[in-house]
Amino acid sequence: MSGLFSPRAWNKIWIYKGTFLVGLLNTMKTAVVALLIALTLGIIFGLMATSGKKLLKAISRVYVEIIQNTPILLQMCFLYYALAFSGHSPGIIVTGFLALGIYTGAYMAEVIRTGIESVPKGQFEAAAAQGFGYVGQMYYIIIPQSIKVILPPMTNVIVNMIKNTSCLYIVGGADLLSLTYSFVTGENTGGSYAPAYIVCGIIFFLICFPLSSFASMWETSLKKREQKVFQNNALKEA
Amino acid sequence: MAMIKLENVNKYFGDLHVLKDVNLEVEEGEKLVIIGPSGSGKSTTVRCMNFLETPSSGHVYIDGTELTPKNKTKVVRDLTSMVFQQFNLYPHMTVLKNLTLAPMKLHHKSKKEAEELAYHYLDIVGLRDKADVYPTTLSGGQQQRIAIARALCTQSKIILFDEPTSALDPETIQEVLDVMIKLAKENITMVVVTHEMGFAREVADRIVFMADGQIIESGTPEHFFTNPESDRVKQFLGKIIR
Repeated sequence: MSGLFSPRAWNKIWIYKGTFLVGLLNTMKTAVVALLIALTLGIIFGLMATSGKKLLKAISRVYVEIIQNTPILLQMCFLYYALAFSGHSPGIIVTGFLALGIYTGAYMAEVIRTGIESVPKGQFEAAAAQGFGYVGQMYYIIIPQSIKVILPPMTNVIVNMIKNTSCLYIVGGADLLSLTYSFVTGENTGGSYAPAYIVCGIIFFLICFPLSSFASMWETSLKKREQKVFQNNALKEA
Repeated sequence: MAMIKLENVNKYFGDLHVLKDVNLEVEEGEKLVIIGPSGSGKSTTVRCMNFLETPSSGHVYIDGTELTPKNKTKVVRDLTSMVFQQFNLYPHMTVLKNLTLAPMKLHHKSKKEAEELAYHYLDIVGLRDKADVYPTTLSGGQQQRIAIARALCTQSKIILFDEPTSALDPETIQEVLDVMIKLAKENITMVVVTHEMGFAREVADRIVFMADGQIIESGTPEHFFTNPESDRVKQFLGKIIR
């Protein structure tokens, strides 16, 4: 019954397709909310890292290093169980939002830091010399130049985040992978292991593949454009 | 009252003492040229005048107001402009946008006023036809003329030039110098760090020679090029004028 080519197993998946749709919906919901948290954290800590203020830089560094150098599963367990035992159980859904948001935020912060640092120092100076304050410099001059450097890797971070919703499985989430697991182990529904995981994988692939190919195409075209500008300048110099 | 006044300004970069007790006054409308060997602190001196570098100690006064980290944005916005060695035009904006950004966003000019101003100064630097192109498509000399026009658009009383021709090809240096010579006829206070002795001779009201973070000698171009006092200056001029 669990066989890859068993028509009954595939039929079962068709009957219970709703389970997969609910899982997909939960995964996307988690991803969207976590993305908002991650963006907020990423912008705050990314700006702190480029502020030139030692204390702010240190705080940002500590956040990024701790999050990037411990497993996401550990962070999820910690958040869920630590909060649960302290009597403030936020529930699985909120744990998912928070854990995934905090985790992804660290990667966002790095992407934003790198993007801002890619803008030459002379741009900050030109803006400051005209009398733009920090916000004006960022808004009119720095962000518009760094956004094209930031967006492609940011898309990759988002793809990873969508895949990482499956880690919620460890605290018993309702995301796509967790529901697939409950489905194949369920009393009435169980058994269709291989087909169920294939379907789950295909769904993830269908969301993530377009995003990541979009990101890499974008990156390639940016590089081409830069090369063109460079060649134009070289021609003029010659 | 002096337009710019540096009082016992010291600047350290780590252990490096780059400005040693610099005292300097620039009068309104004066054209001051700072010369000296590389690493003498010339650029750091002008960069202290708009707090791109904050002095480690000492005081900087602009038009009678002491510059502080708190008021620098406002004082700089109202009174000073700067032209850089590397031009530092905004590459994501057209030339016209480069020129109108600060007048519109910082000086509350309407788009129409700002553009009129921009075209006026583009005429002065001779690049009206480049208004709609992006800076990276221009030659170095053209970019620097645009940068000068951008500095003029904020109608500041003071323009600081930090080695404006040092990054240029020899054949485009003159077109930038010509624009600066034209400017020197206006009542703008100009402080120019440069290695262009011909320009210094023609335009400067006063030349200041710096070495090792100190002002060694100061005087009129005539004084400098005919009978400088310090051996350091003689040595320097001997090397640079052939």
